[in-house]
Parts: sequence; structure tokens; C-alpha cells
Amino acid sequence: MFLIGVIALFIAMILMLYRLYVGPTLYDRVLATNSFGTTTVLFIGVIGFLTERPDFLDIALLYALINFVGTIAILKFFRYRAMGDYPQPEHPEDMQ
Amino acid sequence: MSLFVDILSWACILGGGFFTIIGAVGTLRFPDFWSRLHAVSVSDSAGMLLFILGMCLQAGLTLVTLKLVLIGIFLFITGPTATHAVANAALVTGLRPPIANDIEPEVEGGA
Repeated sequence: MFLIGVIALFIAMILMLYRLYVGPTLYDRVLATNSFGTTTVLFIGVIGFLTERPDFLDIALLYALINFVGTIAILKFFRYRAMGDYPQPEHPEDMQ
Repeated sequence: MSLFVDILSWACILGGGFFTIIGAVGTLRFPDFWSRLHAVSVSDSAGMLLFILGMCLQAGLTLVTLKLVLIGIFLFITGPTATHAVANAALVTGLRPPIANDIEPEVEGGA
């Protein structure tokens, strides 16, 4: 039963990797990375269930945290042209 | 009783896999970034919740279920937040959805 879940998640991850490769704009790639991360969290959880090892879920929880922080860090950089804690960039019209 | 729980968790896992694949296919097939936002959130929300529910049913009332619920709650909150952040960053830096006046209206003055 979990094997079918693993296969489904694996196919979704492959498709997401293809979108990551093809994605025209940067934000398609960030979207694909975020979705790939969430699918990986589920993948680790299901693999943990498949191999009867409950400690995988700690790894999955940690991965979910890191995935979110990574996505927000990338976006923060490209939105504010910097990590946002420097003095405001010189072209303010971009900041509407 | 346990047979019923097994069947239910089996159905949840299958449903979760179905929605995850539908989300991934949608992310590939949709024309532009703004419609892909919807496709990604399908697999992020429905697929994820069904998977977590399926695993929770399989684990019963143990510590494992508590961890799963924590993961589910966290992903449930951060999924839409991340998608919103992507959309906000894209909109601010100038990525505009193709709205009506890009496509020539059939009727003059069309909406």
C-alpha cells in the first residue's frame, strides 16, 4: 500500500524536477523547488512507514522547516535585491 | 474494526498520491506562472493532507501520530504562505499575468 504512495510521490517529484529544469521564469523554479521539498517530506514519511522506522518522521519534520526557510530566503533575495536588511536599494520605484 | 481502518488509510494514501500527481501534471501543463500557482497548491494542500491522514490512521494513537500531526499542521500553514510569498515576489518584480487587454477583445470594449 505504501509502495503505491512511494511510486506516486516519486512520479510527482520527477515531474517537478522537469518543471524546475524547463521553468521559464525564476519564480516557476522557486515554485517547483518548494513543491519538490514538500513532496520530499511526504516521501521520507512514507519511506519511514514502509521500513517500520518511526524516527524518519523527525527527519521529515526538519526537512519541512528547512524547505520553507530556503524558499523564503530565495524570494527575499530576489524581491528586495538583497536580504532586505541593508539600506534600501537606490531604485525605489521597484518597491511599490 | 482494524480492517475498516486499513481500508480507510489505504484510500487516503491512494487519494493523496492521486492529488499529488494531479498537482504535478498541472504544474507542467498550465500555460503561465500564475495558473501554475493553483496547480502547485493542489498537491501541496490536498495531497499532503491525505497522505498525513492515511499515515495517521495506519499508526493509530501513538507518538508517531503526534509527529505526523505536527508535520501536517506545519505544512498546512507554510504551504500557502510560501505560495503567497512566491506570488508577491513575482508581482512586485514585474511578472504580470496576461489580463484581458493583452488578448484582443472580440466585442469592442469587452471586459
